[in-house]
Amino acid sequence: MFLDRFWANTINGLAYGSIYALIAIGYTLVYGVLQLINFAHSEIFVIGVFGVYFTFLALGFQPGAAPNLPIGGIIADLLLAGVVGMVLAGAAAVVLERVAYRPLRRRNAPRLAFLITAIGASFVVQQLFRIFRGSNPEGTIRLLQPEPVFRVFDAPVTNLQIIIVLASIAMFFAADGFVNRTRLGRGVRAVAQDPATATLMGVNRERVIVITFLLGGVLAGAAALFYLMTIPQGAVFNGGFLLGIKAFAAAVLGGIGNLRGALLGGLILGVVENYGQSLFGGDWRDVVAFVLLVGVLMFRPTGILGESLGKARV
Amino acid sequence: MSLLELSDVNVAYGRIQALRGITLSVQEGQIVSLIGANGAGKTTTMKTISGLLGLQSGRMTFDGEDLTKVRADLRVRRGICQVPEGRGIFPGMTVLENLDMGGFVRSDRRSPEFAADLERAFTLFPRLAERRTQVGGTLSGGEQQMLAIGRALMARPRLLLLDEPSMGLAPQFIAQIFRVIEEINAEGVTVLLVEQNATQALGLAHQAYVLETGEVTRSGPGSELLADPSIQDAYLGVS
Repeated sequence: MFLDRFWANTINGLAYGSIYALIAIGYTLVYGVLQLINFAHSEIFVIGVFGVYFTFLALGFQPGAAPNLPIGGIIADLLLAGVVGMVLAGAAAVVLERVAYRPLRRRNAPRLAFLITAIGASFVVQQLFRIFRGSNPEGTIRLLQPEPVFRVFDAPVTNLQIIIVLASIAMFFAADGFVNRTRLGRGVRAVAQDPATATLMGVNRERVIVITFLLGGVLAGAAALFYLMTIPQGAVFNGGFLLGIKAFAAAVLGGIGNLRGALLGGLILGVVENYGQSLFGGDWRDVVAFVLLVGVLMFRPTGILGESLGKARV
Repeated sequence: MSLLELSDVNVAYGRIQALRGITLSVQEGQIVSLIGANGAGKTTTMKTISGLLGLQSGRMTFDGEDLTKVRADLRVRRGICQVPEGRGIFPGMTVLENLDMGGFVRSDRRSPEFAADLERAFTLFPRLAERRTQVGGTLSGGEQQMLAIGRALMARPRLLLLDEPSMGLAPQFIAQIFRVIEEINAEGVTVLLVEQNATQALGLAHQAYVLETGEVTRSGPGSELLADPSIQDAYLGVS
């Protein structure tokens, strides 16, 4: 059974893991620059999910109905929805930073105050969606039916999975290139490694922080599109909770503060939880994911690749 | 004309008064030294000038313009560059990346002048040239100090603030660092130097100030203070 489905699980895991990875980058970037776990990042993702969903509605797609459009039109609509999700999630992340975290920073608040604020902000956003949209999931809108394109050892690889994995990897490289090769990205790394000295080099720390939140939010918005393409019934007020925890776990697994670690952690977590589901049944999926996390941290407390944005790369 | 002027500057950390009515001036082209015991307020003075610390009251001008409301990162653009105590090397960046960060505020980073400035840093400190692709966190203390000074010069500062450049260094490095400070100054960079190593600091200072518990207690040309018996007793370990 496990061996029969090994390749199918690997492929599904990589596709779903790419979504974790995109969200994990947001956790890791903010942690690298502020040493803050932004627990409200999962709600930034949910804002992206609703942004994508409402764009589908605005474009005339109806829950349950199959879209009656040529493939070119569908791709264009998906792109548009993705852009809306990215803009909304990016903007939400910047607003969150400004209203929830910046006032605390101005007052030199202790780290615990940031943490509880993050959790509080997360609840506020979550409950707002519940108040306005109820607690039932939105209707299912599927623009693109998954269809096998080719097979790997007899396991089908669908069009959706190809799009999601390739787009996620492209976005990862864009983010990685920004941080490592641009002037502003170098400013981000400098603030992560030594904020006071970065200021003495003329880096505007506040601006770096805003950019960090923006980048994380935009990637979460992209993840939101891929998530709804995979799980079309997933637009629900608390849909970010488990995914957020998983993405956070992925970031820690790979080494928090480390962009490459976020990618690696996301992919590994996605694959392993699929293996777990296959071996022990669906109820064990999340158990396996977190047992893996605990197991890895026992042997490598800083995660697989270690922390890098902030500390020396080894 | 004086490049930097502090008048009656007060700074506090919470309830602890760190600077009490500091007044000092740095003339363009000079080396000015601040000496004093631990906790006298030397580093606080430096951080106040670079903008890492805000002041409670008093006036501070750079090149005739009020500096008190200018953000720290913008002071770098005006030409004030601090080499912090402890050097502040970015541990995960290579020597070359650290130097490049020093020129963060420059808009000519792809120009031949920028490349020439990099080469000059390697000429001043040949040790850095050998280690240009090594990450900062793995350098020795002396190499880190060279890198910190080289990095600050990449911003082409008008005023270079050096906080304890000789701290924790082997004697052969100390001599080299002080030689380089004089060389930089000879090329027109004004230097404000904080040092525990008072003999060296007074020896090369055009002007010097003695700080005690947050106040300026003495000032005068470096050579004059160096010759003063009471200064010798308190700071130079000579009797």
